[in-house]
Amino acid sequence: MIYFDNVSKLYNGGRSAAIEEVTFQIDPKEFVSIVGHSGAGKSTLLKMIIAEDKPTHGQVFFESLDIHRIPRSRLPQYRRKIGTVFQDFKLLPNLTAYENIAFAMEANGRTDDEIAENVPQALALVDLTDKAWNFPNELSGGEKQRVAIARAIVNQPDIIIADEPTGNLDPIATYEVVQILKKINDLGTTVVMTTHNKGVIDELGRRVITMDSGRIIRDDSSGKYVL
Amino acid sequence: MLTNFRRVLRSGFVGFWRSAYVSLASIFVITVALFVISCTMLLEQLLTASLANIQSKVDINVYFVTAATETDIIALKTAVESLPDVAEVTYTSREAALEEYRAENQNDSVAMQALEELGENPLGATIAIRAYETSQYENIARFLDEQKADEQPQTPLIDEINYVDNKDSIGRLTDIIEAVEKASWVTMLVLIAAAILITFNTIRLAIYTAREEISVMRLVGASNSFIRGPFMLQGVMYGVISGILALGIIYPIVIWIGPATAQFFEFDIYVYFVSNFANLFLTIVGIGVTLGLVSSVLAITRYLRV
Repeated sequence: MIYFDNVSKLYNGGRSAAIEEVTFQIDPKEFVSIVGHSGAGKSTLLKMIIAEDKPTHGQVFFESLDIHRIPRSRLPQYRRKIGTVFQDFKLLPNLTAYENIAFAMEANGRTDDEIAENVPQALALVDLTDKAWNFPNELSGGEKQRVAIARAIVNQPDIIIADEPTGNLDPIATYEVVQILKKINDLGTTVVMTTHNKGVIDELGRRVITMDSGRIIRDDSSGKYVL
Repeated sequence: MLTNFRRVLRSGFVGFWRSAYVSLASIFVITVALFVISCTMLLEQLLTASLANIQSKVDINVYFVTAATETDIIALKTAVESLPDVAEVTYTSREAALEEYRAENQNDSVAMQALEELGENPLGATIAIRAYETSQYENIARFLDEQKADEQPQTPLIDEINYVDNKDSIGRLTDIIEAVEKASWVTMLVLIAAAILITFNTIRLAIYTAREEISVMRLVGASNSFIRGPFMLQGVMYGVISGILALGIIYPIVIWIGPATAQFFEFDIYVYFVSNFANLFLTIVGIGVTLGLVSSVLAITRYLRV
């Protein structure tokens, strides 16, 4: 469903590259982890999927759609097909957990009835029903990330993009977040995640793409964390 | 559509309330700006009114010889009235002039006695001429001088034209009026420009603090209008609240200085404020809303280009 065709991202007029000649494919319902050192190009890959960054050469496809040819005005509609989770959570600080999740639905033009029905379900899935009316600064890191995941899934996207979702979390919270992502994947949503965490990769036992200096150096269907 | 509008309204109000410090700071600054603008507007009114007042006191008086017939005087009056610069001509007959003199000097026994001894009315008729602008008196005076020059020496009509006596003071007054008007315009423009810039910058800072949120909203798929809407609404709310506050601050001030302005400028600023309140309210709140809205739109557009 996602296809990178010989994609490069160059900086400084071509002298340095964030990613170089990357070609790979992500199939529906896969759980793909992308690993590599800092600066290996993992986040750049994800940014290209959500059209936040453009390749210098090559194309990125979402199904048959060339992502970087989507006109600016159509980007919101495209982004609604993708749920995003970030290392720093990116919750709206002035909204409660419930409102943060509801905001994603409102932005999608869902009806009030749908919102009233789906937000509690999403909160239940991440086990935060009792913190629904807390503001982000009243939640722990793990709880914030679970709100972010609930927000990412509430519109039933085709794919979840998670950029270092466990980067700021303690081991227990990390375990919980990975279990939730696994559960979402089991329910049929594609998940693409970048991580540094060896334990997470080894525990998952799913496909692992290893990057180094902007290139894919390994792509194992049930990989281990090898660097 | 309607649902979206309702959501924008709600999230505008929620944002306004929950980021209370930012809202408060913006309202404070816009209030100060609107206060300055209202003060300049009132000051401008005060100046205009007092200048009009001073100008209305300037006139040219034509004194006629005692032998002048009323027909000739009325003919001249009609001629003067037909001049384009002339706003008003007032005719005072000999009898009326005497009545006025008597009334003014009824406690002055020497003057009354002198009048008795003369036996006849020593006063000539006069006309008082008022122009639209002080600078127009020169033309009127020239016209009157020509009239005087054309008279037959054996049947004089005009005894004296007091313009020459007043010429210097009228000229100086004209200069002062023009200078004050220019200065007040420049001051007003500078103050208003400063107020607009300060407001714009404050709102830009307020939205700058929200730039992370804006990028998050975009990432969860919110359209630009859905993001912009609440910020625009907040800009409008800042404008309305600040406008009301600014007028609320001015109200006690005009009550306080009203009597003083009535005495000094012969223009009661309090009466003006109250009788033109609807206009002032719409103007000030309108300026506030425009300022808030335009600043919001300009500031937020920067962060919507991700």
